[in-house]
Amino acid sequence: MAAALINVQKTVRKGEIIEIKTLMAHPMETGFRTGLGGQLIPRDIIHRFVCTFEGVEIFAADLFPAISANPFIAFTFMPQQSGTLTFRWFDDKGGAQVETARIEMV
Amino acid sequence: MRLDAMMFTRRDALTGILLACALRPAAATPAMMEAAIADFTKNRPVTEGRVKLDLPPLVENGNAVPLTVSVDSPMTAQDFISRIALFNEKNPQPNIALFYLTPHAGRAQVSTRIRLGDSQFITAIAETNTGALFSAKAELIVTLPACAEN
Amino acid sequence: MKRLAVLIACLSGPVCAQDSKSVSFDKRSTFDLMKPETQAMQRDDASNPAMLWVQEGRALWQAKAGSTDKACQDCHGDVASMKGVATRYPAYSAAQQKVVTLGQQIQFCRAQEQKAEPWTAEARPVLALSALVGLQSRGLPLAKTGPAEARAVAEGRALFTERRGQMNLSCAQCHDDHAGQSLGGAIIPQGHPTGYPIYRLEWQDLGSLERRLRNCLNGVRSEPWPSGSSENVAVQTYLRERAAGLPIETPAIRP
Ligand code: HEC
Ligand code: HEC
Repeated sequence: MAAALINVQKTVRKGEIIEIKTLMAHPMETGFRTGLGGQLIPRDIIHRFVCTFEGVEIFAADLFPAISANPFIAFTFMPQQSGTLTFRWFDDKGGAQVETARIEMV
Repeated sequence: MRLDAMMFTRRDALTGILLACALRPAAATPAMMEAAIADFTKNRPVTEGRVKLDLPPLVENGNAVPLTVSVDSPMTAQDFISRIALFNEKNPQPNIALFYLTPHAGRAQVSTRIRLGDSQFITAIAETNTGALFSAKAELIVTLPACAEN
Repeated sequence: MKRLAVLIACLSGPVCAQDSKSVSFDKRSTFDLMKPETQAMQRDDASNPAMLWVQEGRALWQAKAGSTDKACQDCHGDVASMKGVATRYPAYSAAQQKVVTLGQQIQFCRAQEQKAEPWTAEARPVLALSALVGLQSRGLPLAKTGPAEARAVAEGRALFTERRGQMNLSCAQCHDDHAGQSLGGAIIPQGHPTGYPIYRLEWQDLGSLERRLRNCLNGVRSEPWPSGSSENVAVQTYLRERAAGLPIETPAIRP
């Protein structure tokens, strides 16, 4: 898989709710489109996305072909301590991409 | 010929071209959406409310429609939203996404972008940690996307 | 169907639209015509999918390649040195003795400066680096062309005003004479090249100005100009001149 973009503020205050925005480069091929020769183009989508904080799952998603290409997913998080966020995307070809981001409690 | 009349006919012609270009797959049906919803709710009662579905009412291109779903919930360990499911009536498949939330979220709110081949209703159903279900529905209109390639 | 036939007959005739003169108008980006949510997607880098290509471009900028084993960075320094460059492309290149697009200049550096396997015109790395280089000029006004580009501008203007295709329409008839009017659900924009490469929702992809022009030519049922051809570069050079003063939006979102 290719590029991913994670947008999350680096420092947070106790009790603050932050929004985490993610973008992943992926065609999200629906499996419903036909190619120039009339044959069906096989489905290839990111079907699952998981975000953990210090190993604990805080958010996950099952995705279907109705999610746009280069999927954008944004969700909220209220950290209680400093730590590392880990993001994982899984696609139909068995590929997985991992990204991390650090948050410091101030 | 007057300009507005000309633009009217020209618009029609372009629509013709656009229609010729647009190749849309067979659509799901509202019945398929009902079945997908039943699969999620397992026939538990669904209460309308508490869920807010933000979608632009009129979309200029159905390939990337921004959507935000939020649910009124304290998001504490005792009382939180655990899942939010999104469904559509007319895409080839009725499911859009299923989100899994935890009390760590602080707020029950998720944003994404979705594909819609046609104007239709979108349904969001949220489930609390105790299994209660709440829902919202939104209608949106997709204008014909301009003809792209080939 | 009957309407369509009437229409084509009508558009091909001289009565329907007067041929375009040089029209002056307040220059406006297509951005102004977009729906608020599409504008928001462009304004927020964290939700603009084109930024995925910019990110790839950053990695390419630093990657050593070819028999010289040099990265773009080794000759050009930090990519911030590219500030302002995109405001004056297409531009005359002394090294290539012709007017070239930004993408062609990048292809040239790849093949001639790095001595690496050439990239084709719309290859992903060319788009990614064009987006990265273009971004360095975001907010800066497109510069007027100079004497070295004058011939390309003149050729481009001629092509822009020439009727073409089965619908027998010129670019100018839509983009000068009828800009702001609606056509098949879309409003005809003035057609300025301020955002390229763009992420077009219709493509679900990042694409070049050439690709956008192919779409317009396709719309009037006209054969597209070959990729990298002098016609193609000339029209792009005229578009630059015509849009001079408008701020660069790269990488923009378009419906
Ligand atoms: C070996 C040195 C070298 C390398 C490596 C190199 N360039 Fe260049 N680049 C040049 C020189 C010299 C020029 C100016 C002369 C010309 O037109 O080739 C130039 C010009 C340019 C320009 C136009 C600048 C302007 O002011 O008009 C761009 C854009 C550019 N390079 C991008 C790149 C990119 C992207 C890469 C990596 C893929 C790259 N270059 C790699 C030497 C290099
Ligand atoms: C039938 C009317 C029509 C003709 C003729 C036409 N275009 Fe367009 N053009 C459009 C429309 C409508 C759009 C807006 C996008 C869409 O919905 O397809 C557009 C978009 C553009 C854009 C993109 C502007 C941006 O903000 O990115 C450019 C550049 C452009 N046209 C250039 C041209 C050129 C050059 C020609 C001649 C080869 C041409 N067009 C011919 C209707 C036309």
